[in-house]
Amino acid sequence: MSVSQSQFTRAMMDAGQAVPDGLLDGTGAPAGRRFSVYRNNIAVSLTEAMHSGFPLIAKLLGAQNMDGLAGVFLRAHPPTSPLMMHYGEEFPAFLASLDQLKHLGYLADAARLDLAQRRAYHAADATAVDPAHLGSLAPEQLMATSLQLAPALQVLRSPWPLFDIWRFNTQPDAPKPRHEAQDVLITRPEFDPVIQHLPAGGADWIDAIRDGHTLESALAQVHETHPEFDLSHTLALLLQGGAITDLDCKG
Amino acid sequence: MLDATHTLPAAAGVGYKPQHFADILNDAGEVRWLEIHAENYMGDGGRPLAQLRHLADQFAISVHGVGLSIGGEGALDSDHLARLKHLVGWLNPASFSEHLAWSTHDSHFYNDLLPLPYTNATLTRVCEHIDQLQDTIGRRMLLENPSSYLAFAESTWSEPDFLREITRRTGCGLLLDVNNVFVSATNLGFSPQGYIDAFALDQVGEIHLGGHDEDEDDHGQPLLIDSHGAEVVDPVWALLDHTLAQSGPRPTLVEWDTDVPDWATLAAEASRAAAALERVRT
Repeated sequence: MSVSQSQFTRAMMDAGQAVPDGLLDGTGAPAGRRFSVYRNNIAVSLTEAMHSGFPLIAKLLGAQNMDGLAGVFLRAHPPTSPLMMHYGEEFPAFLASLDQLKHLGYLADAARLDLAQRRAYHAADATAVDPAHLGSLAPEQLMATSLQLAPALQVLRSPWPLFDIWRFNTQPDAPKPRHEAQDVLITRPEFDPVIQHLPAGGADWIDAIRDGHTLESALAQVHETHPEFDLSHTLALLLQGGAITDLDCKG
Repeated sequence: MLDATHTLPAAAGVGYKPQHFADILNDAGEVRWLEIHAENYMGDGGRPLAQLRHLADQFAISVHGVGLSIGGEGALDSDHLARLKHLVGWLNPASFSEHLAWSTHDSHFYNDLLPLPYTNATLTRVCEHIDQLQDTIGRRMLLENPSSYLAFAESTWSEPDFLREITRRTGCGLLLDVNNVFVSATNLGFSPQGYIDAFALDQVGEIHLGGHDEDEDDHGQPLLIDSHGAEVVDPVWALLDHTLAQSGPRPTLVEWDTDVPDWATLAAEASRAAAALERVRT
């Protein structure tokens, strides 16, 4: 009586299935609840991974609801890689698909924020340019410059007050979320990701910079849709976050 | 044969936890080497790799894989092999080890060390995978004995004989986890000392110690769970002494992975391991 790894995993992931024949205790009797050690180990370890990987969702839903959701999610989406630091890429879409959570429309974006923080934490290192170097350029030179951005830099666009939701649930004495759409910028000055509110138009401007546009060309693009866009504020956020790693002045 | 250029010191080590970083650098106590789980250091950068690089300047490092699924029925994950090769090349650790277990099936990773039947078919497959790994990383690996909660009716080999045959065929070394021996012996009703006496101790490049939880099975029999979440119990310390009396001093690690204690508590466990090693030095 041989037990294949397909049989083993099917029974492990579904407690309603019988323990495969051919698994024994030390006396040769059927293994019975000894098999539950494996069922329990995977549920516990992946539930813990979900709690530590999605701290904002765990805070928003509470530990007990998070346990329940994790138990459903881990069976629908077991990890596909041994790199647990990336586990849960499907969680935002999973949250968005649940009818009982439809009234919490921002959850999927909050889960994307948790994932983006992890990506920033594990991203490649990069040396930031000295802000004084940028400051030494004449204005027309600066506007003719394109920028290299750090691998840790993350931008999240959201129709929800995502920054306020994050701040309200993680910082003491933070104000209640406003009723507005908020994009979020994540930088990593050294080792700890920093989360900031990215003003409207900032996400488009960063996209244009990533595509190789100069500051001026990126600004012109953004002003078509966001005439109020304030370049100096977004540039300051990037500099403070150590997110600019190289300059290429084309002037 | 142990590769002299890639050998851990025959002293006490601990499983490295990031929360102990500053304490270790401040006062490592008897700890002479550290072990990391390979998969936690496969990001592109950031604090984990920076801390590891810093620690590697002062301590011998053992890289311990928990995700390769050497016992898997399917082929090894070539992406994961490449990541292991990269990590071992970058860090040049004193040792690389993995488990006699499987964790990946049909492209799903189950984040646990799952058990294998000890048959000729398993033996062939495991040896092929170890050959492939050793060829990829360009060095000898150590293979760890598992904790068992159940046995397979189809098994035709004892675990010590199975491991000995693997070392004979592949040239790999062994990582002897004496807590796993105690857990398996209790759960399956064999003598832990008898297991050690049958083990290929000349191939052991590292010893593990750890804590376990206690439960019971359907018949009220003790069922120990390998949790790495508590102090090492006295019978496991006694089993370490029994092992070292035959093997002589070997690199000996205390693992504490869940409910991780403060550094002083973990360092005290390492001191106890160091004392056990001291008793068998001639």
